[in-house]
Amino acid sequence: MLSDCLQAPENLSPLMRAANRGDDAAYRQVLTTIARHLRVVVLRGLARVGQGPEDCEDIVQDALLAMHLKRHTWDEAQPLMPWVRAIAHHKLVDHLRRKGFRQHVNIDDYAESLGAPIPENEGAQHDCVRLLADIPARERRIVEGISIEGRSAREVGLELGMTEGAVRVALHRVLKALAARYQRDQS
Amino acid sequence: MKTDDLIAALVADRRVRRLRLDVVVGVAALIGGFVSYGAFSIFLGVRDDIWAAMATWRFDIKMSIILLAVVLSFRDCLQLAKPVPQKARVQSWIAVPALLVAAVFLELLLVPGREWSGRAAGTNAFNCLFAIPALSIAPLVAITFAMRAGAAISPAAAGAAGGQLAAAVAAAMYALHCFDDSPLFVALWYPLAALTVLAAGALAGRWVLRW
Repeated sequence: MLSDCLQAPENLSPLMRAANRGDDAAYRQVLTTIARHLRVVVLRGLARVGQGPEDCEDIVQDALLAMHLKRHTWDEAQPLMPWVRAIAHHKLVDHLRRKGFRQHVNIDDYAESLGAPIPENEGAQHDCVRLLADIPARERRIVEGISIEGRSAREVGLELGMTEGAVRVALHRVLKALAARYQRDQS
Repeated sequence: MKTDDLIAALVADRRVRRLRLDVVVGVAALIGGFVSYGAFSIFLGVRDDIWAAMATWRFDIKMSIILLAVVLSFRDCLQLAKPVPQKARVQSWIAVPALLVAAVFLELLLVPGREWSGRAAGTNAFNCLFAIPALSIAPLVAITFAMRAGAAISPAAAGAAGGQLAAAVAAAMYALHCFDDSPLFVALWYPLAALTVLAAGALAGRWVLRW
């Protein structure tokens, strides 16, 4: 686990380029590695200002969503990790501001300090239930079918009597709504 | 939703066409510009002696500076709308003032001292201060909303860049109308008018460009 965290981020730029060419396996690997990396960084960031780990997974998911929806803002000629850190930093600072913290938090302090023991994927199984709570039943079914049950957009479409394209459009809309929810929670 | 489930959903959401920030912001600036040009042709219009003016260096340098400001502001917008702006690329406020200062020096050399204040005050200063911000409104709205497609690490700075681009687009139109071509006038009033748009853009950005 430790070696993964130390090595993987360096190799992410070519993987992300492959993901941009439509390689789903590469994209999954990029997101999984970033999630694991961010979990450590965010936990340290929270600990640094005396916050417990409760909100960690929320922040990680918010950052992952933002990276997904804003992935066109990464310049393929540049390394990926500074871009990842900038987005994670932005989301962590926003979260802390919401909690009433005003001081400046420098995420790079934690990103570089990976020498200390790293918690095993702690929190990865933490369920952010409230996120999906307000989503209409059909949209919710689409997200659950694709994400939790791991079915394809076409299969979920057959079940709901929708075309594959309509399922994809609905999925994209739900993801944008989720990101907007985090944004609303901030203000 | 567990994080692994979220990742599965993100991987599935991949057939949507990739956005191109330069296209989105560029089209917005064009649309906003066309709307303003409609108002411009109704209320102001191109000056009658436009062909004669084009033969003078003062008009040409005025237009060159403004068009340079359009191009560089556009690049600033794209940079500042990204999470990791490349500082070296944010350059419009180095090159544009340098050209302006050079033009001012040239004018001071060519024109006797007693005419300086008259040329700086011009005949249309109030028009300029009013018209450029007014013509900026449509481009500013379009550009600011287009920049939501980005992820600005500083929404206020990105908004200011949007204001800068909107003001440059508006100035390009106004310059076709205004008779005051002297670099002394241009260096004094155009930046002042643009500054109000820049401030409006920064304020708007703080709200519109949050993500």
